[in-house]
This record gives sequence, C-alpha cells and structure tokens, in this order.
Amino acid sequence: MKYFDYAATTPPHPDVVRTMAEIMDAQYGNPSSIHGYGERAHQLLRRARSGCAAAIDVKPEEIVFTSGATESNNLAIKGAALQYQSRGKHIITTATEHASVYESFVQLQQWGWEVTWLPVDSDGLVSAQQVMDAIRADTVLVSLMHVNNETGAIHPVAEIGARLKKEAPKVLFHVDGVQGFGKMEAKPAAWGADLYSLSAHKIRGPKGTGLLYVRSGVELTPLLSGGSQEQGRRAGTENVPLIVGMAKAMRIAAERQAEFARRTTILRDRIMEVIETIPGLVLNSRKEGAPHIVHFSYPGMKAEVALHTLEQFGVTVSTQSACSSRSAEPSRVLLSMGRDNACANGGLRISLGDEHTEEDVDLLEQALHQMVAQLRPLERRM
Amino acid sequence: MKYDMLLLRFGEFMLKGKNRARFEKTIITQVRSLLKPYPGASLRKEFGRLYVDLGGESHTELIAVLKRVFGVMSISPVKVTPSESAQIVETAIAFMDERETEFNEGTTFKVNVRRVWKEFPHSSHEMNHLVGSPILRKFQQLSVDVRQPDIELRVEIRDQGTYIFNEVIPAVGGFPLGTNGKAMLLLSGGIDSPVAAWSSMRRGLEVECVHFYSYPFTSQRAKEKVIDMARALADHAGSIKLHLVPFTEIQTAFTQLGQDNLIITLMRRSMLRIATKLAERERALALITGDSLGQVASQTLPSMNVIGRATDLPLLRPLVMMDKQEIITLSKQIGTYDISILPYEDCCTLFVPKSPTTNPNLRIVDKIEATMRQLPEWVEQAVEQTETITLHAGENFMVINQQDEANEMKEEWF
Repeated sequence: MKYFDYAATTPPHPDVVRTMAEIMDAQYGNPSSIHGYGERAHQLLRRARSGCAAAIDVKPEEIVFTSGATESNNLAIKGAALQYQSRGKHIITTATEHASVYESFVQLQQWGWEVTWLPVDSDGLVSAQQVMDAIRADTVLVSLMHVNNETGAIHPVAEIGARLKKEAPKVLFHVDGVQGFGKMEAKPAAWGADLYSLSAHKIRGPKGTGLLYVRSGVELTPLLSGGSQEQGRRAGTENVPLIVGMAKAMRIAAERQAEFARRTTILRDRIMEVIETIPGLVLNSRKEGAPHIVHFSYPGMKAEVALHTLEQFGVTVSTQSACSSRSAEPSRVLLSMGRDNACANGGLRISLGDEHTEEDVDLLEQALHQMVAQLRPLERRM
Repeated sequence: MKYDMLLLRFGEFMLKGKNRARFEKTIITQVRSLLKPYPGASLRKEFGRLYVDLGGESHTELIAVLKRVFGVMSISPVKVTPSESAQIVETAIAFMDERETEFNEGTTFKVNVRRVWKEFPHSSHEMNHLVGSPILRKFQQLSVDVRQPDIELRVEIRDQGTYIFNEVIPAVGGFPLGTNGKAMLLLSGGIDSPVAAWSSMRRGLEVECVHFYSYPFTSQRAKEKVIDMARALADHAGSIKLHLVPFTEIQTAFTQLGQDNLIITLMRRSMLRIATKLAERERALALITGDSLGQVASQTLPSMNVIGRATDLPLLRPLVMMDKQEIITLSKQIGTYDISILPYEDCCTLFVPKSPTTNPNLRIVDKIEATMRQLPEWVEQAVEQTETITLHAGENFMVINQQDEANEMKEEWF
C-alpha cells in the first residue's frame, strides 16, 4: 500500500521518533520545576524554541508552543479578537479556510462579531486588492491560509502583509502556515504577518504539538488559563519530548525545503498530466500551486467510492481534507471556487512527501487507470 | 518607504583632536559587530560620517540596533538616486508621497540641497527650486518655511549618487566604546548593575562583567539568567566578556562566623578583592558597581566606606545619585529589565541576615577578616577557578553548560 495523503499527516521522521523516545525515557522533568530534572527540561525547551524560531526566521520569544495548529489558529483568532475588541468588531477571512479557522470565525460571528468572508476565484485565490477593499475602520484581524489544504492554491500572503502594513497598519494579520512550511519559503516576519500557525505532524514531526508565532508587541487574550507557562500566553505543562521532536522536524524541513519543492514538483507535474489524459477526471489544482498537492474530481462518482477503489489497487489518497472527510457535505472549498455539486462531491486529493519516487507515481498512475476502468459502468449524474 | 542606506553622524568631539581616527575606528568596530546578524548590510566610511548600505535588510530593525552605538549622535534613513536632476526630482516627490499621511493643513516645509559634487550642472539654489516647486504643486497642504520647517527635505548631490532624506533620529551619543579605557563591573541578577554597565559604556568605557555564583545553592538558571543579561549588554557593545566566579566556599565560611549582621559587608569586600585581581589580570583600571545611595544596607554611606576600602582601584558608581524609578526606566530602555525581574536566587539574595548593618565598623571588619587566615587563599582560588565566556550581539541561544554529564542534552536531538 502506498500512502499519498501527506497533507493529512506524514509518517514521523525516524530521527524525530528516536529523539522523542530518548527524551521521554530520561528527560521527564517538568520545565517549570527548579530542580535538576526541571532544569534540563527547561534547557531542552529553550533549545527547541530557538530551533523553531530559526526555522521561520523569527525571535525565540515570539514562539508560543501549543497542542497543534487547531489550537494555534483558535488562539490567534479568538485571542486577538478578544484582546483588541476595543478597536472594533469586524474580522476578515476567506471562504476556503481550514475548519479550525472557519469555525473560529463562525463562533466569533455568534458572539456578535461581523465577519467578511472573502470569495475566491475559480483557482481558489483571493487577491490583495480584495483584502484591502474589505478593510474598514473597525477591522481588527485578517486571517488567511498560506496554502490551501485541499487544492494547494497559494495565497499572496507577502503582498497582502506588505499592503496591510502600509495601508492599514493597525489591522492584525494571521497566516495559517500549516500546508506551506517546508514546501515553500516561510518567513512570516518578513511578510508582515503578526501571527503564524504551524503544526508538527504535517512535516514529519509528532501529532499533538504545534506553535504560534506572535510578533513582539502583539498581545493575545489567552484561551487556556492556569500557570504562567509560555509567558502566560498558554497555560499547561509544555510537552517537552514532542516539542523537541517538532524543533528537529522543522529544522530538517527547513533545510530540505528547496530540495523538497524540486523533487515533488517533478512528481506532481507528472501526476497532473496523467489526470488530464484520463477522460472523466477533472483537475482542480494548478501548476502555480503548492508542489505537493494535486486535487482532482471524478464528477458523477462519489469520492468515497473512488477512494476505496484506489485502495484496492494499492494507493491511499483522501477525499476533501482529512478534518472534514467524514462528513457527507460536498467540499466547501470547491463550491467556493464555483465548482458544481457533482464536482464537489467527487473531489480527491493526492499529496506528496519528498520520499515519494517515480516508481510510486507509476503505481499511482496505474491505479488511477484501473479505478476509472472499474468504475466507468457505475458512473451516473449526481 | 524602501530605503537604500543609513547615514550615521558622530558626536561633536569627532571633529577635533588627534583622537579622531581612533574614535572612528572604535565606532566602526562596534558597528561591524552589531551588523553581524544582518549579512546583507555593509559599511562605508566617509569624512565624519558612516554609511550603512542596507542591502535588503530592514531599515527599522537596523536603526533600532545602530541607535545603540556609543558615539553616534543621530541616524537618517536615506534614499539613493543617480545624480541627474530629473531623477532627483522624481525620487524627492516619491519620498514626499510616502510622508503624505504626516501632512496636515499648514504643515511647513523646505528643501535643503547641498551640492557636494561641484561638477553638477545646477547650483544648490537652483536645485532647491527645481525640487521644491513640483512638491508644492503636488501637496497643496504644504507651505514653505525656510527658518523652522516641520519637514526639511535634505538632498545631498554627490559624484556617486544623490542622497535624499528627512528624518534625523537621535541616537545614544556618548563616547565611542572603550575610548576611555576598560573597567570591571560587578554584575548581579538585579536591575541596577546592568544599567551601571550601560552608563559606563556610554562614557567610553569598555566593560567586562564579573558575576559571583553560589552553585549548588543557586540554580543553573540563575547563572543562565546572568549570561542572558550579559548578552543583552552585548547587544549594545557588540560583544562582552563575562567572568563567572565560584563564590560558594567564601560565602559559606562567612555564614559560620556568627556575625550575621556583617555578612553582607564581608561578602562585598571579598567580591571587590576578587574583582580587583581579575581587573589586574585583564588590565582594567577601575571597578564599577550598581550601588545607589541608601537603597539597601550595603549602600549607606558608612557601608560604602567600609566596603570600598577593600580595593585600591577607583570604584565607579554611576547610579549612586539616581532614583530607583529612573534606573528602572533606563533598564527598560536598554532591554535588561525583563531579565532582571526573573525570580531566581543569586548569591546576593542568599543568606541575607535579618538585620544587616547599615553602619559597619571598619576596625571590627578588619579584625574579623584577620582571623580568617584562609581568606586570601580562597580569594586566589576563586580567581583561578573563574570561567570566562564571551557573548556576542544577536546570539539567541545559550551556551549549553558542561556540568551534567549523565543527563546531558544531546546535540543530535536538535
């Protein structure tokens, strides 16, 4: 079975696993304790923080460790909204965000905030101009993903950050960097982002840990109250082994980023060509998108059926994003891009890591042909 | 605005005397070490000025860093354009465009052209007009005031290019680092001593720090805190030496004497003796402390008298007449406050007696010390066992300590 669902999660890197096992085994101190065990845990945390900061070119004190991107996104959005509500109660995002951003905005909307949901074009993109046009005097926050997790569409975050800084310097800018880091250059501070979320398990690190970059000077109302860990911005004992594992995974990912993009782009382009030659399949991703994601639809076929069929032929892909694939709703992202229901119901995602080889793609190609051949008699209009 | 370079101006003392070359060289060295974390930026020297070509680095970040260079009076972010009148005018307008948000009805303005390159076809006077009139046409809110304008647009026409700027950002000033010699500063974990260090550096002293630690009574973290503190000072100086002195033995011996109210006096005298020996070794000519008159028992006049006699070196106390609040404000400005308030015990807060004397008697103190025959030996030992590290500006993770062999952090984990 060949796994092509790296955008959902990645197999942890063996060096990361070994590091975490060694730390769990011997370095179990609480970093807040002042005895030797605590001291060493504290040192580990400190080194990890510097490492994570260096990988995205920010300062160590600007890193808040969290339980993952969902928490980072919630903390960024709700934390900023609550902290700065005296500035106004208007916030901006796009229609195609990840559920953890989308639902945070829905929640704020229920709490009386006014939300502008920016529409995307047929490629799934918003423009900097759209963002700027939506800014009002009472706008507090703009939240936008760097790379879309379903289609791989890349938003112009650097351009938006620069224009916000210049034209609306008080508006906070949050970038959900989960699918972009390690795949393309990720420099939130240089983009002018105030907040930037990452997750470890998308880059061959462990699940259950992530971070939020909080630019110096930005305050957030904490969502978790308790101890004064993470400078009071996120209470709870830091998960030292996982955090060190994340730091290691981030270093590896940052070092390999150019190579990753080079290798996966070659494979992705081939997969795109294959899909374009198979009648009945429609490509949704574009070559200008992220190097590791190919999204396509099999209109008239339920995505789940296609997924299971592909599994029979030895490859694992996913429907929609993993976080929403267990719901029966058609993809919100594809509908926002103007695709019809048939297309949105039949969406499949292939996502790559740099371990994939030409042979793996051969296998995928074969499986796609076999899948279509097998399902063709069952096709119907939905 | 995308600036091309920064212009650094020196203090007035630079204009005269034989020391000028030495002063300039010192400033250049300090600027170089502060620029290390910014590989894009490069340095150019000219008569009485320094230019830092930004090379893509952020001007706001670099201004914040270079404002700290001792001996630099002011900094201007500069836009560079070819020395050709049409391009100069165009750039000047673009420059003012960026400023437009600052303009109100009645904002006054003037152009100040300096033609350094005498071959340039237009005179300064003509250029003032050539640059000024299109700006006035475009920004109707502005009116001219040649005496005290709100905005003075400065244009320097040189052979190699024309510099356009208007901001003059005040910098730290003072004397170039080290041009007045070197001194040894007693650095604790508190608020005062780092401020004393910075004040001394600003007067042109090169400062080396001495810190006394009482491992195992105090934690590794207290030591780490002081290393962080020295690093924060290095962000001003470029780099800084820190001498870490083991003080446990001497400190414990004092607690055995049954002279609780004199412990602090005795401790501080020993510290000064050790610091004096280190100063002699490192060729420093003074000791500096963060004492502020009356703040604690060891900082009353009688205490300062008895303690100060333990050294022959000049004892400098830059904060002696300052209010606590002034010191706190300064410590926030120089970026050491947040480190100072971290809570770890250090050797100065350990074994503090219930009622330390504010009025020690020199004869009694001398007598007690005379009974401690091993004291000079311990002082020597402490000097010998002193560990010296050098911290550099912009470094952001700590030198891992070598003490825990069994539970050491493994490099490969990261």
